Amino acid sequence: MYEGIVQSLIDELGRLPGVGPKGAQRIAFHLLATDATDVRRLASVLVEVTERVRFCRICGNVAEEEECRICRDPRRDASVICVVEEPKDIAAIEKIREFRGRYHVLGGAISPIDGIGPDDLRTRELMVRLSDGAVTEVILATNPNLEGEATATYLARLLKPLGLRVTRPASGLPVGGDLEYADEVTLGRAFEGRRLLDV
Amino acid sequence: MAGPAVRDNDTVSLYRDDGIVLRTQKLGEADRIVTILTRRNGRVRAVGKGVRRTKSRFGARLEPFTHVDLLLYTGRSLDVITQAETVRAYGGPLAVDYPRYTSGTAMLETAERFTPVEKEPIIRQFLLLVGGLRALGERVHDPRLVLDAYLLRTLAVAGYAPALDECAVCGTPDPVNTTGSRSFAVPAGGLTCRSCRPPGAASPAVATIALMRSLLRGDWAQADISQARHQVECSGLVAAYVQWHLEHSIRSLRHVEHV
Ligand SMILES: [Zn+2]
Ligand SMILES: [Zn+2]
Repeated sequence: MYEGIVQSLIDELGRLPGVGPKGAQRIAFHLLATDATDVRRLASVLVEVTERVRFCRICGNVAEEEECRICRDPRRDASVICVVEEPKDIAAIEKIREFRGRYHVLGGAISPIDGIGPDDLRTRELMVRLSDGAVTEVILATNPNLEGEATATYLARLLKPLGLRVTRPASGLPVGGDLEYADEVTLGRAFEGRRLLDV
Repeated sequence: MAGPAVRDNDTVSLYRDDGIVLRTQKLGEADRIVTILTRRNGRVRAVGKGVRRTKSRFGARLEPFTHVDLLLYTGRSLDVITQAETVRAYGGPLAVDYPRYTSGTAMLETAERFTPVEKEPIIRQFLLLVGGLRALGERVHDPRLVLDAYLLRTLAVAGYAPALDECAVCGTPDPVNTTGSRSFAVPAGGLTCRSCRPPGAASPAVATIALMRSLLRGDWAQADISQARHQVECSGLVAAYVQWHLEHSIRSLRHVEHV
């Protein structure tokens, strides 16, 4: 345990994902040894990000305005929507420069054991987006693990009556992993070879 | 992969067991905490290192519903998985069939709840779960029936089988036929005769009571031809009964569908 404010800093850092007590301590002492202007810049970015960044009212991606960069871009194909679990999955797919449509962030995957059902995700918002008939294909790019697969199954069944083309990236993606860890070549190939989901 | 831990007495505490993965939780950047109901060691919580990276050899083998053969070493707080081989992956076929998936998830959650103490051997619960998952994957019976049969037998193994052949309170045999009672009281422990009927007891259809009996006994010929409304009523009673005895809700049950 350290004195007051230093311990508070360690506690706060320790609450970040992927940071254990030891890591929190290491970061805290790194910050204490860092030039004050650098730390101030970090602090102001942290404050700014919480004040300015919000979620796109259309797709749920992180955005600095009401709508995200992708939803505002007229060059993006409005007839294809790629459904992902988290905003970080959009970043992973954008890197491959293969997909030119738009996105929809669910905010997670269906996980009944954790009490998360379809209604706890942005499924209703997706249905609303699809109701005007402008979208002809929905790609279900949930994680290539069991929960992601089950979520895709649920959505495919939900979308069936709409008569859209419902696809899923090819199974070249290793099962059990997170989409964000897939390398660009594999992910690119998975998108190219996406298969029709028939439920 | 980290090497095996060396204990104070310089011996490495490695052990091998097989089990069903019940649940996984993210840990740090790319690890997962995996909860497994094992054959010999009861419920075990262990770390799978790097399994969320798509290149992991382990990832798919440590997904829920997978029957895995494991080599673990005893860690200070959590054990660590050093090898995992798939015995049978029940999850794949379930994930493409939503009603079966949700029934299966409720089975996993129930198995976890019925094994509250870590590392307490409880082989009958393990065997029941394997049997239940196999039945679910075979697609012969309605998934909700398979789930309800599993729940009833899990209760029986734990010593909480509902009284279906006698009054739960006074023991009068066959209260449905002898006293014309259709009282099913969860807190009392099942069917009761007319005079023992507590206030607030349910009055299920005779066919629903018969269905519960069939499921508990494994009489599938009878269970398979039961009517949907009796299946729904049976599910409701079984769910209430399980949650009463666990003093805990099974969150997955809310998401299970009747097909
Ligand atoms: Zn957007
Ligand atoms: Zn009685």
